Amino acid sequence: MFQILHDVNIDWLGNRRWFIGISVLLMLLGLGSAIFRQATGRQAFNLGVDFKGGTVVTARFKQRPPDDAIRSALVSKGINDAVVQPVTDRNDTVLIKVPLEGEGQDGRARVREALSTFGTETPATTELEADPNAAYKIVGTDAVGAIAGAQLRNKAIAVTLAALVGILIYIAVRFEWTYGAAAVIAVFHDVLVTLGFFSIFQLEVSLTVIAALLTLVGFSVNDTIVVFDRIRENRKLHRRDSLYKVTNDSINQTLSRTVIANGLVFLSVLAMVLFGGDVLRGFSLALFIGVVFGTYSSVAVASPIMVWWEQRLEAANRAAALSFNQPVRGGGTRSPAKATGREPITPRARKAGRA
Amino acid sequence: MKKHNLLARVIIIVVVTLLGLYAVIGPRHRPTLQDFKWSGIKQSLANNIHLGLDLQGGSHLVMRVKTEEFLKRLTDEDFVAAQNAAKDAGYDLKGGRADTGPGNYHIVVEPADPTKIAEIKDAVQKKVELGDTSVWNYSGSGGVLTWSMTSAAERTLADNATTQALNIIESRINALGVTEPTLQTHGAQTSHQILLQMPGVQDPERVKNVLQGESRLELVHVISPPSPQPTQTFATEAEAIASLNSAGTVPPNRKVVPYQERQDAAADPKQPKPRQWVVIEVPAIIDGSELRNASAIQSQGGRADDFEIDFSLKKAGADKFGAWTGSHINEYMGVVLNGEVRSIAFIKSQIYDRGQISGRFTKQTAEDLALTLRSGALPAPIEYLEERTVGPSLGADSIKAGVRASLVGLALVIVFMLFYYRGSGVNAVVALILNMILMMAGLIVFGATLTLPGIAGIILTIGMAVDSNVLIFERIREELRSGKTIPSAVDLGFNRAFITIIDTHVTTIISSLFLFVFGTGPIRGFAVTLVIGLLINLFSAVYVSRTIFIWLLSRKKMESLSI
Repeated sequence: MFQILHDVNIDWLGNRRWFIGISVLLMLLGLGSAIFRQATGRQAFNLGVDFKGGTVVTARFKQRPPDDAIRSALVSKGINDAVVQPVTDRNDTVLIKVPLEGEGQDGRARVREALSTFGTETPATTELEADPNAAYKIVGTDAVGAIAGAQLRNKAIAVTLAALVGILIYIAVRFEWTYGAAAVIAVFHDVLVTLGFFSIFQLEVSLTVIAALLTLVGFSVNDTIVVFDRIRENRKLHRRDSLYKVTNDSINQTLSRTVIANGLVFLSVLAMVLFGGDVLRGFSLALFIGVVFGTYSSVAVASPIMVWWEQRLEAANRAAALSFNQPVRGGGTRSPAKATGREPITPRARKAGRA
Repeated sequence: MKKHNLLARVIIIVVVTLLGLYAVIGPRHRPTLQDFKWSGIKQSLANNIHLGLDLQGGSHLVMRVKTEEFLKRLTDEDFVAAQNAAKDAGYDLKGGRADTGPGNYHIVVEPADPTKIAEIKDAVQKKVELGDTSVWNYSGSGGVLTWSMTSAAERTLADNATTQALNIIESRINALGVTEPTLQTHGAQTSHQILLQMPGVQDPERVKNVLQGESRLELVHVISPPSPQPTQTFATEAEAIASLNSAGTVPPNRKVVPYQERQDAAADPKQPKPRQWVVIEVPAIIDGSELRNASAIQSQGGRADDFEIDFSLKKAGADKFGAWTGSHINEYMGVVLNGEVRSIAFIKSQIYDRGQISGRFTKQTAEDLALTLRSGALPAPIEYLEERTVGPSLGADSIKAGVRASLVGLALVIVFMLFYYRGSGVNAVVALILNMILMMAGLIVFGATLTLPGIAGIILTIGMAVDSNVLIFERIREELRSGKTIPSAVDLGFNRAFITIIDTHVTTIISSLFLFVFGTGPIRGFAVTLVIGLLINLFSAVYVSRTIFIWLLSRKKMESLSI
């Protein structure tokens, strides 16, 4: 039996200050980048046409002219602020991005007019290669108006938040609400950190990136649940152990699974980044960052938050039980019987658990 | 682990696998020998899977019906009608206005004698449909008559306009001969949006123009001295208004509209004649709803590229038109299209049911205009919010990239699983491949379309499927390490891991359902494949994989498990 990482005994929670510190730092970096860019008049995020409005024309040439030639052809037709971006995996194809101007949506027609300086276009019904006279063909267009852009943006945010609430409720029902909250905070953290990367490196945020963030939500929660599930099981088996110890043990016991399964997902996503081409690039990059932090956050964010929260609740409950069951803020919903089944955790008990 | 249990399990798995295979590569006709060859299988596969527009190529258009303009026109027209009705009944008016804005549609009529308000109200409501209290709220305070549109009516009317626009767009799409279009309302009901998907259409320009054609046709009386004097036209709008002698305002029964005079065939087409203005009578004699037919014909004596529209009227419209033309011989009549006079002619004799719209159309524009006239006028203009066009070659590139990425990912996973879990890795690989086949079958059976984000969903499903296997195998190893016998380690491993698998799958399915119900386009395509893939994974990774273990353990007493 070939195996890695069994019988490990790492005190994950002992490093929680480091973990949380790194996470907060990363989130602040991303947030700082977004705020700084916004404040200095630049864009917080490099929003694609899906969210900002505008037109992207994908043109394929028999002999692709230099980018500068395309740009000056566009300028000569009055399109001054277009972005010409070659496609990395097909050197005969360029993306021409024209920002939204007023209400007009004739970006395609205007780009076509500019491109006609390089020769004639293949008619829609024939392929470029089949037409000896043609120089280029417009193989794709994405034109999004301002209304649709705002609508898509709001919808993406609303759907993500709704999905998070759904997850929170399910975990609260299956576990405790503290577990659900911790998982959702961890997911939120992953999304923020990933968005932070997109702001810092000004990677384009398109609809597919949103799809990737949603994938990340699923992936990250999945990973957190595996650990929480083990904690739930171990708490029943080892009632005398502190939550601190049980959580550390659970993370260690599931560590080989975490490394193998997430490692494989990581490799698949890496394959997507390398072989998925430009159309999947935004998606795969977002997922690439997300997989790393989704794995990290289950151990480094969700678990410490859950343990900290549970400890606070139990301390509050104990205090409540001692003072003749007076209601205590935050601990009122918990029955004392449930609480007494668990070992009270004091800093000293925690140290003992570590040893 | 009983024997009969195993048999039942194997039968279920074999049946499901065969059904899945049939759904994916089975022909939908009586099978021939060709269908069992590689090329035939590929053909069946291509026929069975519905590819999204992003993969097969096509156009995706989102448009919005400008319902606020519909409500504005309705309010304006009712305002004019109300003024006319009051005047016809012999009441002088001091003023009035029509307020038009979202949530704020009012008709205000101010009589010269405030004591006559009640009588005027009766006179107006007898002739104009302002008495319907479900649509208009009347109030007669402050010396003016005010009708305010109720918000319920505003909603209903706007919704009706959208439905009507949808029907008209549908008939236009069908008339254009677009193959397999999908037309549906889009987004929230209050957004008044329509989604049109046209597979295979690479250049939607013509379709867009035809759909956008408002095609509001009216035949109107042009205010002018009768023939043989020429038509009374004005160089500017101000001049036209001044000719009305009503202190710079346009009286309710008149309207000033632009008029682009038709050019001579011989004239230079690059030098259009200047735009002029004419005064017309309101309301129109008849409008486009009375049209029976419209077609493009070549102009008489015109050049080969000079076309006009020939139209005929329905019975009721023809009667009205005949009566009017009979009593207005030698006066001028105009054809107004979308608020602009296209041609003016004097009435030589009574006309009943035919007319022409001339205006130097090319063959294509004339045919398109005739098509839109036949389909009826849009209740309100439409605007395009989103347009996405993908050529088939770009779609093919996307498929290649997606398939390549999936296969590389799958290969990595298979190699690792076989290397790390040895014999049990075979289990995982069988489960994984079965998952892929059944997932495709699921997409086909539910009639879902495979999109580029859908491929991403497949890749995530591969990840989650492997995760399930890893969870189970790691658990079995753990149980073996703690000294359990092989059968009980397998049993415990599956049972314990199953709880985790259910939790992870249900959470992801819950979030995917949100995406499916509330998401649009790409997000939805992603959610569909993910949900189908996860449901199938519960079968392939748990049920099938376990059955293989049961079978292995039932054959002989095992000394060691290859895991």
